[in-house]
Amino acid sequence: MSLLEIKNVTLRFGGLVAVDNVSLNVEEGEVFALVGPNGAGKSTIFNLISRFYDPASGSIHLDGHDLLKNSADQVPSLRIARTFQNIELFEQATVLQNLLVGRHRHRQTSMLSNIVFSPKTYREELHHREAVEEVIEFLNLQQYRDKMIGGLPYGVRKVVELGRALASEPKLLLLDEPASGLSVEETQDMAFWIEDIQTQMGISVMMVEHDMGLVSAVSGRVMALSDGKELATGTAAEVQSHPAVIQAYLGTGEISKTGTSRA
Amino acid sequence: MDFLQLIISGLANGCVYGLIALGFVLIYKATEAVNFAQGDFMMLGAFVCIGFTNHEYMGLSFWLAVPLSILVMGILGYLFNWGVLRHMFGQSQTSIVILTIAMGFIIRFIAGAIWSHEPTSLETPFAGQDIRSGGLVLGIDEVLIVVVTAILTLAFYIFFSRTRIGLAMQAASQNQLAAYYMGIPVRRIHSLVWGLSGMVAAVAGILFASKGAIDPSTGLLGIKAFAAAAIGGFGSLPGALLGGLIIGLVEPLASRYGPPGVSQIAPYAILLLILIFRPGGIFSQTQRKKV
Amino acid sequence: MRFVFKTSYDADISLFKHRAQAVWYGLLLLLVLATPLYFVAIGDAYLLGEITGIMILAIAGMGLMLLTGHTGLPSLGHATFMALGCYLNINFLGAGVPWIIAFPMAGLIAGVLGTMIALPVLRLHGVYLALATLAMSMLTSDFVVIAEPWTGGIAGAAVPDINIFGMEINRYSTPYKFYYLVLSVAVLVVWFYRNLLRTPTGRSFTAVRDSEVSARAMGINLTQTKAMSFFLSATAAGLAGALFGHSAGYVTNETFDLVMSITLLLMIVIGGLGFIHGAFFGAIVVGIIPVAIANGRTFLATAFDVNINVPGLESALFASILICFILFEPMGLYGRWLKIRTYFELFPFYRKDMFKRQKSYLKTDRVQ
Repeated sequence: MSLLEIKNVTLRFGGLVAVDNVSLNVEEGEVFALVGPNGAGKSTIFNLISRFYDPASGSIHLDGHDLLKNSADQVPSLRIARTFQNIELFEQATVLQNLLVGRHRHRQTSMLSNIVFSPKTYREELHHREAVEEVIEFLNLQQYRDKMIGGLPYGVRKVVELGRALASEPKLLLLDEPASGLSVEETQDMAFWIEDIQTQMGISVMMVEHDMGLVSAVSGRVMALSDGKELATGTAAEVQSHPAVIQAYLGTGEISKTGTSRA
Repeated sequence: MDFLQLIISGLANGCVYGLIALGFVLIYKATEAVNFAQGDFMMLGAFVCIGFTNHEYMGLSFWLAVPLSILVMGILGYLFNWGVLRHMFGQSQTSIVILTIAMGFIIRFIAGAIWSHEPTSLETPFAGQDIRSGGLVLGIDEVLIVVVTAILTLAFYIFFSRTRIGLAMQAASQNQLAAYYMGIPVRRIHSLVWGLSGMVAAVAGILFASKGAIDPSTGLLGIKAFAAAAIGGFGSLPGALLGGLIIGLVEPLASRYGPPGVSQIAPYAILLLILIFRPGGIFSQTQRKKV
Repeated sequence: MRFVFKTSYDADISLFKHRAQAVWYGLLLLLVLATPLYFVAIGDAYLLGEITGIMILAIAGMGLMLLTGHTGLPSLGHATFMALGCYLNINFLGAGVPWIIAFPMAGLIAGVLGTMIALPVLRLHGVYLALATLAMSMLTSDFVVIAEPWTGGIAGAAVPDINIFGMEINRYSTPYKFYYLVLSVAVLVVWFYRNLLRTPTGRSFTAVRDSEVSARAMGINLTQTKAMSFFLSATAAGLAGALFGHSAGYVTNETFDLVMSITLLLMIVIGGLGFIHGAFFGAIVVGIIPVAIANGRTFLATAFDVNINVPGLESALFASILICFILFEPMGLYGRWLKIRTYFELFPFYRKDMFKRQKSYLKTDRVQ
């Protein structure tokens, strides 16, 4: 049984079919990449897994458990964490506070206990602080710990977003375009981190990405999508050379009667 | 007949609410700003006209005072945006809400300081005159309100759908940066919209003051206009007008046929119900953040 | 220039960043405790009553601050919760419940009722929420009139004296005891508030304020969190309302009106939205304005023989101050104080735009 099983999932926004009968499996311990032109439905699949959208048909199972029964805020306790394409950090908080929110799903204390800062709350705070420190160390965010997100450069914010997802200690990590907007060096760092996440932390990773270099470097299996439909699945090399994929990205090379190349 | 009188009177009130709501929605649609002081603009417009035409003030001819006050309010609206709100460009909506609330306080104070807090009526050439038709007695002021409102609505429709400025306003309301890139002078357009809204408020005020007495706190009936705007979904001009008419009708009907006290709270109850159940109004314009 | 070297996680979690800060607040506490002694010395407790009033306003302000400043839910109806707390308190005391139980109960039940009232509108954002709370507050004013047996309707109701284990406390006859009572409540609320902000509950509030989408993705249940925020906020306002009743001695349906709701909101914006201090700074401004105007009037009357008596001057002045702050110092009084303090702390390395916030030009950025 795979870790994540998506079967025949379809999602429509009005008349637009965003995801068209897509099926995929993510095995435990692998890094699975979703590639495809913009508008292919990749982030939409993430949003389906995160339960922000409901599919019109199909099923999603995590470790055999029917994910469609859960709401978006229950997903982290099922040990799925995600990052967002357009960074969704808490702008008016520090890096540390952002990472601490990532620990929310581990919370055991009640509001009442928090208000009076009971010993249990104190112990839990200490534990969260320690756990977050490990993430900070892993991602080398020490110098940014107490800085406001608002003042940080884009590359650092992407790393904080990754850290926040890691802080929740997931089994499955969804990375939405982890390298977009990053420099070559930062992308290399990201590649190393993803590798470490997979091998050292034993977390399965599913990522949406355009940077084929990163995809080839870290992924095991890759699936190409276009217009909501599945085009090809295989290793990075296989998918990149698949004729349907090439056509989706670059067109067929034929010139139509009107003189424009048909894509 | 009695019932019909109630209806007409309710419609007249409704038109005033609708005009206030129109000005409110104009600003909201174009600039995303929420003008909590729209009711106070109306009150100010009425007092400016009173200041021009009433004999205890300047005593000018009514037909001169009306366009003058509309112009003055238009300029004030323009200046308010140009001088104050421009600096708020890009800031959160809540700040602008709070700013306009504060503006309302200041406008009330200034009106009270210049024209006193006593209830005052606007002196019009047709005060007290009626149209009688088949047992119906209609005040000319009430009929005028309905007619003027209808004309204004048509004018706005044409303005927004057929003129370049109207289109530019729509563009600026959807995406300010993109409108800039297209060469639309967004900030000037915003000021124009505020000016337009000020003018509409002046018309509403003049109409309202011509049929009853007003004082600086009259602007607070603008809150009922919010209910009207909500019915229209905040993004629809005809919806705002329709909402105004509905509220205007509900009040006298509830007062006559409903349990005591209901007619006072009816507008607020309607506002609350719409916000809870159909926040997009009857003509919905939904939006959702794409992540 | 101060460097804070932390050697334990404890230092991160504790209430004070470093010992010097603890010392400053300790001094502030001493000052506040010793204030009544000054008034004993001069024999006139009038201003002490004003200071007590400011503290009561600050408690209500803290309630609103939690809701609007930290959870991002603007409310134009907070006076409603104050009214709830006040009338509940009156009725409990009237039924013979001892103050020491009636007072907190009034606050808590005001919190529960407030949450129930707010439940239908929790899904709304920004202006829609503000309008809904506005509508709610107008409806409640009418409800107060209708619920005459409990509220005294238009005629109003007298507020019984406070009696704690035989000790009578009344604003006019025992102003010092009243001051210390209100002070204790205020300090307690501040402590609760600070605790809240350094624990997961508080962080979930600010997460909801900053990005609902990622808050959900982190496992935060939006409805529950907002409801919790409303509950705590309404409880604080209810307590403040009860104290306000004791301070005023007599309340009518016009005591907790729309103007008070608006004043509370404007107040916390002037003070600084998102900071606990903001509630206090804002309350001080609200408290000082009438005194300043009165003094100004007497000065003008005696020095220049000019008599200015325009109604609404206080509100207009307050509104003008607010507009100045929104335009030139959106972070409020406390924000300005922070900038000044940071300037001196970092001297000469302070950079002008350190606190600059990103502006959002796209509609999609502003939609939650």
